[in-house]
Amino acid sequence: MNNPAVEIHGVGRIYKIRGSKNEKKTRKELVALQDVNLEVRQGELFGLLGPNGAGKTTLIKILTTLLAPTSGWARVAGFDVAKEPGKVRPRINMVSGGESSGYGLLTVRENLWMFSQFYGMPSKESYERIDALLGLVGLEDRMHTKSSDLSTGLRQKMNIVRGFMTDPNVLFLDEPTLGLDVGASRDVRRLIRGWLEQDKTRTLLLTTHYMAEADELCDRVAIINQGRVLACDTPSALKQRIQHDALFEITVASMNGLATSALENLPGVRKVTRREDGGFAALEFELVEEAALSGVINQLTSADVKVVKFDKHEPTLEDVFVELVGRSIDEVEEAEPDAKE
Amino acid sequence: MNNSETLRSFRTATWLGWQIESNWTDPFLFAVYSIIKPLAGAAILVVMYSVITKGNFDTPIFPYLYFGNAFYIYVGAIMTGVSWAVIDDREHYKTLKYMYIAPIHIPAYWLGRGVARFLTGSFSVIITIAFGVIFLHVPLDLATVNWPLFILSLILGVAMLCMMGLILASITLLVAHHFFLIGEAVAGALYLFSGAIFPLDVLPAWIRPVGFVMPITYWLELMRRSMVSSVSQAFPTLQRFSDLQLAGILVGLTVVFAVIAYFLFRWCDFRAREEGLIDRVTNY
Repeated sequence: MNNPAVEIHGVGRIYKIRGSKNEKKTRKELVALQDVNLEVRQGELFGLLGPNGAGKTTLIKILTTLLAPTSGWARVAGFDVAKEPGKVRPRINMVSGGESSGYGLLTVRENLWMFSQFYGMPSKESYERIDALLGLVGLEDRMHTKSSDLSTGLRQKMNIVRGFMTDPNVLFLDEPTLGLDVGASRDVRRLIRGWLEQDKTRTLLLTTHYMAEADELCDRVAIINQGRVLACDTPSALKQRIQHDALFEITVASMNGLATSALENLPGVRKVTRREDGGFAALEFELVEEAALSGVINQLTSADVKVVKFDKHEPTLEDVFVELVGRSIDEVEEAEPDAKE
Repeated sequence: MNNSETLRSFRTATWLGWQIESNWTDPFLFAVYSIIKPLAGAAILVVMYSVITKGNFDTPIFPYLYFGNAFYIYVGAIMTGVSWAVIDDREHYKTLKYMYIAPIHIPAYWLGRGVARFLTGSFSVIITIAFGVIFLHVPLDLATVNWPLFILSLILGVAMLCMMGLILASITLLVAHHFFLIGEAVAGALYLFSGAIFPLDVLPAWIRPVGFVMPITYWLELMRRSMVSSVSQAFPTLQRFSDLQLAGILVGLTVVFAVIAYFLFRWCDFRAREEGLIDRVTNY
C-alpha cells in the first residue's frame, strides 16, 4: 500500500492577536484549528469544505510550510512540514485563489518561466509546459501580455498554471475558483481532473466553500467548521448519512381519477404529497427503500397516468453541512465574518 | 546546502531584480535617482566644506570626505537592495509565500535581488567620482591607483555589505511594511559613525567604539587608500594599520557579520513561521 500523501495528526493552531491601542498589553487568543486528524491518500483529490474562517487556509499554510502548527504534526510526501520544510518544498506547490499576485512588469510567460527556474526546470521543458498549460486554461493569446495588464481572473489563471507547471507530488489549491466566472471555473475544474488522470501518483488537496464544486470534483471531502473537522468521507457517503428515505418526484399530466391515498397505501411508500405544477400534478414520494418505486410505477401505468417528468431527490453537501453544523454555510459566514481563515 | 539550489536561486533572483530595477518607464526619473541624487548629495557636502574651510580644497580632508561619500553610496544601495526584496515580494507583488514554498535558498535569493542595486549603485559611484575629478579637482590619478587593493577591497566590501543586508532582510521578515526604509535608515545612521565624511577622531570619545566595530569604517579606509594613498597618512585614526591589517580586520568582521546573519536568518525565519508572518500584508 502506498504511503499517504498527507498525514495530519492532532494539528492545532492558535493565533495570538494584539489588542487595540488602548489595550496594548492584552493579547487575545484565536483558535484557528483544533485537533485536526486527516489522511490524504496518494492519487486522491481531497477537498476541505467549510465556510470562510473555518480554518481551511490555516491548514493549507501549515501543510505548505508557511506556518508552524501550535500542536500536533503533519507530514507531506512523507516529510514533517515543521521539521523538514526543505524536503517538503520541492514536492509541493500551492495556488491561492482570489488574489492577484505576480510580477506585473513581467509578461505571463516570463512570470511562469521565472518560477520554473526556481524549481530547477530546464528552460526548454518549462516553455513547452507553460505553453501547453496556458492553452488548457485559454490564456495562450495573452502569454506575451504584461501580467499587470491582465484582469484579476486572468491573473488567477496564470497563477493556477504556476501551480501545475512544476508537476508537484502534492498540489494545494486554496479556493482556486474564487472570483472566477463560470467559464473560467469550468476550465480550472477540467484542468484539475485532466492533471490527476495523467498520473495516478499525483495528489491534490483543495479548499472550497462551494459545495457543488466539492461534490463534483472530490474523491473525499472533509467538512470543517470553527477549526474542527466534523466529518470526512466520500461525497456520496456523506450524503447517505442524512438520507434516511428515498425521495422521488414524479410529475404527471393528469391523475385520471387516481387518488394519492391509493399510492400511499402501496407497500414501501411512507408518504405522498401532491402539488400543482403548471397544469401538471407533481407527486413527491417518500419511500422506505428504492425497491418500492416499481410498485408506484405499476400503479401509475395501470391507471393510465402519463408520466411527464421523473426526478430523484438526493441530499446535497449543503444539506450535510446544515445537518452537522445546524446552519448553512452562508449563515455561518454572516454570523462569524471576522473568523481567522 | 545544495549548491545548485543556491546558484539557481541567486541567478534567477538576479534576473528578476534587474527586470524590476531596469523597468524605468521614465528616463527622467532614472536620471534623478542614479545621477542627480548622488551628485546633489556630494554637492551639499562640497558647499558645506567650502564654507567651513573658506574654499581651501588643498587639504587631505577634501578627498577624504569626497571619496568616503562616493563609496558610501554602495552602503545604502546594497543593504537596501537586499532587504527591500522582502517588503517588495510580501507587500507589493504578494509573491513571498510562493518564493518561500519553492525549493530555493532564501538568502541567496535575497542577495540576487540586491545585484541590480549594486550595479545601479556602481553607476552612481562612478558618476560622482568623475564629477569630482573633472569639476572639483579631487586628486585622482588612475596611473597611481592601487588596482589590486581596490579590487580586493571592493570585493570584501560588497561581501560585508551583503551580510549586513541579510541581517536587515531577516529583521524585515518580522516587521510591518512601514519599516520599509530600514536599509536607508541604518545606512543613514552609520554614515556618522563609520568615518565616511570625517575621521573618527572628530567624534566624542564615547561614541568612537561604534565606528571601530563597524566593518564599513575599515572598508572605506581601504577604498580611499587604494585610490589616493596619501589621504590616509593625514589622519591618525587608522594610520597605524597597514593595508594588510585593515583587510584582515575587514575579513574578520565580515565573517562575524556572516555568522550573525546566518543565525539571525534562522531565528527570524523560525519566528516568521511561528507567527504566520510570511504571507501577511500590512500595506493596507
